[in-house]
Amino acid sequence: MITKRIIPCLDVRNGRVVKGINFENLSDVSSPVALGKYYSDAGADELVFYDITASSDGRKLFTDILREVAQNIFIPLTVGGGINTIEDFDRVLKCGADKVSVNSGAIKNPSLIKEGALKYGDQCVVLSADIKRVGGEFRVFAKGGREDTGMEAIGWIKKCVSNGAGEVVVNSIDTDGVKGGFDIEMLKAVVEAVNVPVIASGGAGKAEDFVTLFKEIPTIDAGLAASIFHFGEVKIGDLKDLLRRNDIIVR
Amino acid sequence: MIAIIDYGVGNLFSLSSSLKAIGVESVITSEPDIIKKADKLILPGVGAFGDARQKLAESGLDNLIIEEVKSGKPLMGICLGMQMLFEKSYEYGKHDGLSLIKGKVVPMEGIIKKEYKIPHIGWNALKFHKDSEILKYIKEDDCVYFVHSYYAIECEDSLVASAEYDKQITACVQNGNVYGCQFHPEKSGKVGLNILKAFSEIGGNV
Repeated sequence: MITKRIIPCLDVRNGRVVKGINFENLSDVSSPVALGKYYSDAGADELVFYDITASSDGRKLFTDILREVAQNIFIPLTVGGGINTIEDFDRVLKCGADKVSVNSGAIKNPSLIKEGALKYGDQCVVLSADIKRVGGEFRVFAKGGREDTGMEAIGWIKKCVSNGAGEVVVNSIDTDGVKGGFDIEMLKAVVEAVNVPVIASGGAGKAEDFVTLFKEIPTIDAGLAASIFHFGEVKIGDLKDLLRRNDIIVR
Repeated sequence: MIAIIDYGVGNLFSLSSSLKAIGVESVITSEPDIIKKADKLILPGVGAFGDARQKLAESGLDNLIIEEVKSGKPLMGICLGMQMLFEKSYEYGKHDGLSLIKGKVVPMEGIIKKEYKIPHIGWNALKFHKDSEILKYIKEDDCVYFVHSYYAIECEDSLVASAEYDKQITACVQNGNVYGCQFHPEKSGKVGLNILKAFSEIGGNV
């Protein structure tokens, strides 16, 4: 059987991982290569690198770093942040990314997903959606969750999947940062609406939250988190042991 | 020296990096002379079968690969590169493969139960069906990373390993000096590197 995936997400600014703190045996916690290798050795199933740089100098630095990561880490790498055109797909894929995550870029340019899927295949295009409840419906937000697009989220996700998005990352703004667990209600609504892998994001505060996620939604594929891994609150090996004890199949 | 055959499809950077990581010399090439001089060949590939097969034919590399294999050179196909080793593919129409291994490639859609998502993306465990040199550094139930929507069937005694995804999904095949992996060894962590290492050691030279 296919295993449930655990995915750490690393935000990179000016070539350095932000939010990283101390780990044993890791001298440079803000090096994307060192931290990526640490997670890979610890049993992470995939890594997401998110480029939060605004400048073009930073972009160049990011792709240089990505190349170095890809030379040293042999698990799937997904890259997001600043993906607005098909040239951005080319840029990160050439440097060793396996999948490209689009968010605001797909909202601004509705044909971006279709173009990416036609050129590189559905499996290469990941839709990342920031979703928040507004007036009783799920709403898509843009610009890192700051701007309400007015679009209903489930319809938006279905449209992006029919355009060729091969996976969907659902980031609940309502649970993000609260550390009270994943947004089960929102994730269920998405999993029931599409037949591509869905990755839960936003809200993980402890290892048990992943158990709840996979128990409550057996068809969800992966759980993604950043700070609980970076701050060492949850170690991936321990998390996987806990999942195994709860009869959830992991690598 | 392993020649990674470059016929204009897919990103070969990870594959060459993973060989470098295990200390195996490789070159990404479409040059017949280099392919002839190499000890072993890897046929990679992502994308659509028809398009890739056409590119391979246009470059004339298909006949060269067949000649090299017939002369005894080990070849490993990866993902779509593995699918091209079979006789036929039914991905958007009907296409001829290289016919180096018995079997055909069919869509998962319509065969796999609806509750299973397509593409088959993620880490899945290997079941072994027979001995093969490429398995020598890994064990049954080790997980490898798959990304595909089509799979090979009717491989008969070429089937070396499979994964379960509603059906038995062909994962590794071997017919003499021709090997294939449906999954991506270059993205399958230590297990994947160990498969590449075992392939690199076939015949005793690297």
